[in-house]
Amino acid sequence: MSETQSTYNYKVVRQFAIMTVVWGIVGMLVGVIIAAQLVWPELNFGPWLTYGRLRPLHTNAVIFAFGGCALFATSYWVAQRTCHTRLFSDGLAAFTFWGWQIVILLAAVSLPLGITTGKEYAELEWPIDILITLVWVAYALVFFGTLIKRKVSHIYVANWFYGGMILAVALLHLVNSAEIPVSMLKSYSAYAGVQDAMVQWWYGHNAVGFFLTAGFLGMMYYFVPKQAERPVYSYRLSVVHFWALIFTYMWAGPHHLHYTALPDWTQSIGMLFSLILLAPSWGGMINGIMTLSGAWHKLRDDPILKFLITSLSFYGMSTFEGPMMSVKSVNALSHYTDWTVGHVHAGALGWVAMVSVGSLYYLIPRLFGAKQMYSVKLVTVHFWIATIGVVLYIASMWIAGVMQGLMWRAFNPDGTLTYSFVEAVKGSYPFWTIRLVGGVLFLGGMLIMFYNVLKTIGQSQGADERIMAPAAHHA
Amino acid sequence: MDINDLRSIVTVLAFMSFVGIVWWAYGKGARKGFDEAANLPFADDDAEVITDLSRKEERKTS
Repeated sequence: MSETQSTYNYKVVRQFAIMTVVWGIVGMLVGVIIAAQLVWPELNFGPWLTYGRLRPLHTNAVIFAFGGCALFATSYWVAQRTCHTRLFSDGLAAFTFWGWQIVILLAAVSLPLGITTGKEYAELEWPIDILITLVWVAYALVFFGTLIKRKVSHIYVANWFYGGMILAVALLHLVNSAEIPVSMLKSYSAYAGVQDAMVQWWYGHNAVGFFLTAGFLGMMYYFVPKQAERPVYSYRLSVVHFWALIFTYMWAGPHHLHYTALPDWTQSIGMLFSLILLAPSWGGMINGIMTLSGAWHKLRDDPILKFLITSLSFYGMSTFEGPMMSVKSVNALSHYTDWTVGHVHAGALGWVAMVSVGSLYYLIPRLFGAKQMYSVKLVTVHFWIATIGVVLYIASMWIAGVMQGLMWRAFNPDGTLTYSFVEAVKGSYPFWTIRLVGGVLFLGGMLIMFYNVLKTIGQSQGADERIMAPAAHHA
Repeated sequence: MDINDLRSIVTVLAFMSFVGIVWWAYGKGARKGFDEAANLPFADDDAEVITDLSRKEERKTS
């Protein structure tokens, strides 16, 4: 066998792993900038660097650049290692890397220029949408091609989650990006009115459910057992977890449109399915955390496990909070306030970012032929800074959000509003400042990680690993 | 038959297939396969690490 036949393709995993850290820093820096703009409005410069243009840049950078690269890196690693085979096509894998980086760069240029479709989390204009489609088809070919040529009979559950994510995101992107171009840089949605809103939030919520949940659960199902050195708590629960998520998530989108022109029955279905979602979400969280059962002591001195298990705790928290907020009467208070922003970041920082960071700390030494990270101590420092940052962020947003909701709905006996809007803005300032501090801490943790990663690579010997014969897997 | 009957049928079929999946996953038959699958991440623990250095040595000896 030639050398490329008998080793894993680590090159593309390395590229995506490093870019995960880089885009994480860029995306979170933009987040810190817009958090600062809310505290000091003077920081809005030109038309290009105003809040309205930087905010979609922040969301696109953290979700698709940081989160996307983390998904590519870990799914390519997990698929190869659990299928005992090299990636299906090195060329297509390289295309997914470079294609995805070009998509990110195009987003970084077009969004500050104000080129946008105006659809949240799907702002990129139609030529970029086409490139995304091409990259995603190549990703599906590489991933499923690798599963098809596996040397073992089973497809490990992590791959089911990654595969479900790839298929669902393809469907979401194609349906929601249906648009009519009027020029190179401008298009209009193919849908109109409330149908457009429903398609958008069917997309928006399932981007959370599949891109930001199913894919990262794939990470959990591989990296938690690996780092804990014991198989997942219950494999049958993981199978039920997968199918329950697939069957319910698709219906939850209408909870983004409570008390709008959307028909009441549709809103109620969205609320009902959001409540049902609590079951698979907590089933999965318990399955991940209980994997440590009998080895809890490892949590004491292993910072990677700290990251992974804490991420699951935040996952449990935000998947309890989400169904609660989807209840119409709660939503009447929480919607359009900072509570929503806090909820999103409990999921995005606490769950998605922390499970990715934990997985990367596992991956990076192995990708570069080192035993462990350059400094395990700095990993611990990163963990505590990040955790304090998330807690500050979400606690301040809870208080600000509930305060805003209560102020907006307060009436005087004669039916006039008790507070003008700007009074709620004034009341929010202290909490926006605390949120900024939380964001700076989380970004600081990423910078520590970057230093640690560079040092680890500096000591490395550039490892490629030989593919193990699958016969060993009954041992 | 009106389109809404079809929609109801699809919903009921989807629910029944989910119940079927739970039945299968918690039945005896799936157990052995699940045990094997659950251990897949550990089947490559002793994978041989190839570094640039060992690659050079390999070339020398061959």
